[in-house]
Order: sequence, then structure tokens, then C-alpha cells
Amino acid sequence: MEENCLLKLRGIDKLFPGVHALNNVDFTLRKGEIHALMGENGAGKSTLIKILTGVYSMDAGSILVEGKDVHINSPQDAQNNGISTVYQEITLCPNLTVAENMFIGREDNLWVKQKSYEKRAEEILNSLQIPARARQQLGNCSLAVQQMVAIARAVDMQCKVLILDEPTSSLDDKEVNMLFGLMRDLKSRGVGIIFVTHFLEQVYEVSDRITVLRNGELVGEFLTEELPQVQLVAKMIGKELDELNNLSEGEEHKEHTGEVFYEAKGLSSSETLPFDFSIKKGEVNGFTGLLGSGRSESVRAIFGADKVGGGTVKIKGKTVKINKPVDAMKNGIGYLAEDRKRDGIIADLSVRENIILALQVMNGFFKPISRSESEAFADEYIKALNIKTASRETPVGSLSGGNQQKVILARWLLTHPDYLILDEPTRGIDVGTKLEIQKLVLKLAEEDVSVTFISSEIEEMLRTCSRLIVMRDRHIVGELKGNDLNQAQVMKTIAGGESS
Amino acid sequence: MKKSNDIRREPLTDTLLLMTITICIFLVMYLLAMIFLQGGFLHSQQLFDLLNDNASLIIVSCGLTIVMIGGGIDISVGAVTSLVVMSCVIYLNKGGNLFVSILLALGIGLAFGLVHGFLISYLEIQPFIVTLAGMFFARGMTTILSVDPQKATHEGFLKLQEAKIEIPWLGYTAKNGNMIPARMEIGVVVALTCVILVFILLKYIRVGRGFYAMGGNQTSSLMLGINVKRTRFISYVLSGLLSGISGYVFLMHTGAGNATNAAGMEMNAIASSIIGGTLLTGGVGNVIGTFFGTLTLTTIKKIVVSSGLNDPWWQSITTGGMLCFFILLQSVVLRQREKNKKTN
Repeated sequence: MEENCLLKLRGIDKLFPGVHALNNVDFTLRKGEIHALMGENGAGKSTLIKILTGVYSMDAGSILVEGKDVHINSPQDAQNNGISTVYQEITLCPNLTVAENMFIGREDNLWVKQKSYEKRAEEILNSLQIPARARQQLGNCSLAVQQMVAIARAVDMQCKVLILDEPTSSLDDKEVNMLFGLMRDLKSRGVGIIFVTHFLEQVYEVSDRITVLRNGELVGEFLTEELPQVQLVAKMIGKELDELNNLSEGEEHKEHTGEVFYEAKGLSSSETLPFDFSIKKGEVNGFTGLLGSGRSESVRAIFGADKVGGGTVKIKGKTVKINKPVDAMKNGIGYLAEDRKRDGIIADLSVRENIILALQVMNGFFKPISRSESEAFADEYIKALNIKTASRETPVGSLSGGNQQKVILARWLLTHPDYLILDEPTRGIDVGTKLEIQKLVLKLAEEDVSVTFISSEIEEMLRTCSRLIVMRDRHIVGELKGNDLNQAQVMKTIAGGESS
Repeated sequence: MKKSNDIRREPLTDTLLLMTITICIFLVMYLLAMIFLQGGFLHSQQLFDLLNDNASLIIVSCGLTIVMIGGGIDISVGAVTSLVVMSCVIYLNKGGNLFVSILLALGIGLAFGLVHGFLISYLEIQPFIVTLAGMFFARGMTTILSVDPQKATHEGFLKLQEAKIEIPWLGYTAKNGNMIPARMEIGVVVALTCVILVFILLKYIRVGRGFYAMGGNQTSSLMLGINVKRTRFISYVLSGLLSGISGYVFLMHTGAGNATNAAGMEMNAIASSIIGGTLLTGGVGNVIGTFFGTLTLTTIKKIVVSSGLNDPWWQSITTGGMLCFFILLQSVVLRQREKNKKTN
């Protein structure tokens, strides 16, 4: 087994300010093996990949390629050591031909011999059975083929280790199969492939081994065939299955009764498949699933944040059209985005300005909110939500994460929504604030506001939601309520195991 | 259907497609001018005059095409041309050496290119701002050198300026029965050489392909192992150098320096590149297209004048209309392609 060893990472350590991103992680890749690297958000997968490709430097540990100690300080170093990476976003030039994309940047002469490159490219494409032609413009190929061209380039560079970082996230089933065919072909040639993905089914379809990371630590390396899917999910999320089964049922989860506030049939957007969904007045429900399962995309579809595909939406029994966020807001829906920094706060504006933002949009820009009015609003919510800020005119960017989150919450509460969607409102904030936000959600529900709550922490969802919608690989795979609302059941539904 | 299977024909790349469109439009336009306007357009000299008058514009456009393919912009080219014209004429009139005057022209252009390239590539300042500064600087320097127009009086230079290449078989017979050969200035030869050299650079030289990669996707080209900073630096140096050459050719054509020389030339050069199929977003373009783009632009202007619309604003209006038309055409063609790709 040691002879087969292609790549060995020992005791990798990486510290970011305030975060121990990788803590003494080992990883071994053997010749002719497809090795899946799994973990939830923040597990350290991408940090590990970036260390391996020379984007980050490690703080401690060693990398051995075929038994030799190597130092990787730049993407170039990684390539020289036979480590090639194909990223999720294709890093090729769409305006050049396929052949050029395979050879540019590593020509050996000043004079570019297009003809001989085209010939060589054609040979490689044929031998790997990639359905592209050397003289075709890359931008005219499908995404899957572009990805395969990137792999072909790596193959021609005599790569020994091929890292595929979320290669299938924008491919359809047929394309995925094409890619898997190519991966198996490379495997038979002795290339070691590190496969990073969040699609569980795909892992079981192609990979030989699985390494699981969690919170920057190695959970373990497993043979794929020996690790049932439920176990894998439990390891990723960090609960042993037995432990879960032993958990007490916890408090009663009563099914919510009341009149339906929002109802969607066959709703879809550019990012989701059609789905049905409804929520009652004063109900708190949750979307759960692994990262990339489509939970955020679904609520974004409800809010009209992505391009709407189709479906009918009824609010309080009346059919309405929600094509863009403003439509949703006018119908009393508020949405707290997952990525606070990108979709939420405007860091340079003051607390006050951030708070009145949504209300201003709803009023229209021709009816400005007066200064004194906005000051009153800001003061009211700074007090109500206990936002710790120097003054209402402090730029939001200087507040802590938890307080920024509260500012955005205040922004939506100010519009007095009937239905509030909170996507990961508690990520990256301290425990105290987390509890405050959970309490706030329950208080809102008592005031007859419907809330959809999304969180990576299942305990948190169980505490607040009376109904959980479980998603896997962009499909709704289950709806749990009442007595089914417990960790073990949620975990089983996520993993898709038998739910007995 | 079966026949085409034997010889696999690839669809044209975006670059070639846009270039072909330009060439076709130019030919049709010229043909129409010959049929409807007749007059000068029936004589081959008309075409040579077009080249004689616009040799320096062609050279500058070549440089701009390089920069634009790389995803940048250089709006200093007209001002640098003007500065070169003025510097050379003053140097020559003070009894300078002809050969040294050529070196001076190249040197000024190169200096601007080096400074622009350094600021843009290595200090990562916006190319628009840097070359805007370069433009003001060059214009200012030109005015400092001389406010009044300067006529070249250097004997050697005048000889060089007078030298014309005569092509007898392309001439026409004048009314008195004498055969008048077609005349082409030396500047045209220089311009055509530049076009050919830049063509070879862009198609066959490593750094030339780098311009395309860089303009297509900068992050990708970095990942693909291209030295993006150096590649970008070189593109601006070349543009500067070509502005220098353009200045000398300009002087050979007019024989005088004037502070308002080559005013607005940068805009015409940008227009020529775009008409020739270079995309402002970078990554797509071809210098042969640019050459025909320049001819198209200047022919249109000539047609406007020949149609009796002598007022200068007519030229501007038609240029604007043309540019609009071409950009629309390009985006329609490229979008259509995108659609076809999806249905495939």
C-alpha cells in the first residue's frame, strides 16, 4: 500500500485570524484512486485544497509527492509537482480555441506552432474521448466540455494528482455521466483524483474512498463501500448515529393550525427545480439539508431574488405575481440573506441608514422618510433588539457580526412583514446573540408573523420550527412535523436512508 | 450534408466572423460608391489617396487594437502623434539629422508606452486615467514646443517627403491623353508593414496570443501560467511605439507641425478598431479587420463629402451612426451565436 501512495499530507495546520481553519489534518491519496473530500461549510475542504495548490501557505505540516518532500508556494509550483486543479468556475479563456486553451502559457518557443498544437490537442481529445474539436472556439462548447478540456490540459501536463473542485455543480445528468466516464478513464491510467463535491449520490457513484473533515479537523478516512450514506452524513454533521438514537424526544412539537398565509405551486427559479410550498399564519418552518441541497435557492425563489421560472403563488388566497424582491416586499415578505456581507449590510452606511433602507424602498424614493422620523425608528430598534453600537450614525461595517445581523433584522422588522424569511441568521455570531435571535423568531410567531428559518445547526431548527422541509440534491425529500421532529429522523431523511 | 462531413469545417471564431463582416461591408460600400457617385471612386487613385491620407491613422489603430484585445484602452495615441510631429519638425528645422529624427520619433513614442505600461501593469492604475493623463501631458508639451505652425524646411526631409512610389499600371488617362500613374506615399508602405508585423505578432507569437488570453479572461490567463503583468506592459509599449511611428508618417504626409495636429485621432482609431471587429471588452479582434475598419470609416467620410455634404458636422454624424450600426451588428451577431450554441 505504501508503494501506491501518490500524495501524503501530514499534520497540516492553518490558522486564520480567529479561526483554526485546519488542525493537524492528514490526507493520503493513492495511485488510481478517486478520493472524495467531504465536509460541511467551514470544515476546511477548500482551505486544504488551496494549500495543496499553493494559493495559501500552511503554518505546519508536510506534503509528500511520491515519497518526496515538496514545498508548494504558488500554483506554478503545484503544477510542476504534478498537481493540477480544475476549479468550479472554469479557468480557461472562452475566446480562444480548444487547442490554444490546452497549450497557452506553456509554449516552449516564442513562435507559436498552431498546427502542431492543434494536432496534439486532437490526439489527446480523441484518446480521452472528449467530444470537442481542437479548432473549435472554447466558448461555443458546453460547460461540461469546457471542464473536460481543462482536465485534458492537466493530463497533457503529466499530472499525477488531479483535484476536481465541485466540478458537477453546474452540469446536468448527462454531462455528469460524461465527466464520470473521463474520471474513471484517468483512474485506470493511474492518476489520483481528489473529488470535492456536495452531492452525496455522486460520491457513492464514483469514489473509492472518502475523507471527512469537520471544523478543520480530520474525522476519518473510509472506504466508500464500507460507509453507509447515513453514517457519512452523521460524520459530516458531527453526531454519531447511536448517540442520535439515544437522544430523548425532547419537547413536544405541536403541529401548527391556522389559516394559510402563503402558498406556492410548482414555483421555480433559474436556480431551483419546481416545488410546492405553503406556510400558515404564525407558523415557523425550516428548510434543511446539506450545503448545496437547494435550501437557500428555494427561499430565494419565494422572495423572487433569482430569475423566476414559473408556478403560481397565492398570498392569503389571492393569486399574486412575485418576479422581483420589490414585489415580495409589497406583499409583506421580508428576506434576510444568507451572505450578510454581500447581500445584506451596506458597510459604509450608518446603522440608521441601514435600518430604514427596506422601508424606504417600499415607500418609493419619491416619498423620503424625514430625518427625525428615521432617527426615531433607528433608536426604537437599537433599543428593542439591543444592538450594541456607539451611536445610530456609526457605520455598520464597524459593528460585530451579531450586531450587524440585528441591524438587518431591524431593517425588516421596520417594514412590519407578515412573512419573514431568515436564511442562516445565526451563522458566525456569538452564542448569546444566537439565543436572542431564536427568541425573537418565536416572539414574532406569537404575533402571527410567519417565519421560515434556515440554519446549518439542526438543534437550532428543532428548537424554533414546528415543521421542517428536508432537501437533498435540489429535491424536497421529506416534510417532518410532530413526533418526527428529532435529530435522528432529520439525519436519516437528509441521507436518504430507510426511514423506519 | 454528407459532403461536409468529410472535411470538418469549424464555425469561424468570433474574431474571424467580425472581421469578415467588416471586409464585406467595406467592399459593398465601395462598390456602391463606384456605381452611384462615380467621379473619383472610379479611379484607383481614390483608393491610394485614402491610404495616403490615413497611413498614420492605420498605424495608430494597430496599436490600439493590440491594447484593446488585451482588454485595455489607450487614448493618448493622438496626442503622442502630435507631439512627435512637432518635436521632429523643430529638430529638423534646427538642422538636425534625418536618421536621428526618426530615432527621436520612435524614442518619444516608446517613452510614453513604457511609462503608461509601467503605471498600468505594475502599479495597477486604471488605463483610462493613465492614458488620459498621458494625453494631456503630450498635448501640453506640443503647445510648449510651439504655438505657431512649423513648416519643415530640412532638405533631406523634403526629399524623403517628395518620394512617391508610382504604380504605372494602376494609373488613369488624363483628358489630354497623358497616362498618370497612381501614386503612393512611403508612409503607406510603413503602415502596411506595421499591419503585417502586428498581424504576425498577434497570430503566431507567444506574447501576441497572450494578449487574447488576457483580454478573454484575466484570472484564467493567470492560472494558465501567463505573465499577465508583463503581457499588459508589452501591449502599452507597443501602442506607444506605434504612436511614435505614426507621428513620423503624419509629418511625412503634411510636412508641417501644428499644435492641433491629429486632434481626435484617438477617437477615430478606437472607432476603426471597433468597426474592424475588436470588442471593447477585450479578447476579440484582428488587425486586418482594423485595417479595413479604418478604410471603411474614412471611405464613409469621403462619400459624405462627395455627396455634396461639405459641412464638417455631416462627417461626425455619419461616423457616429456607423459606429452605432457596427456595435449593434456585432452584438446581434454574437447574441445569435450564443442562442445557437444553447439550442445545439
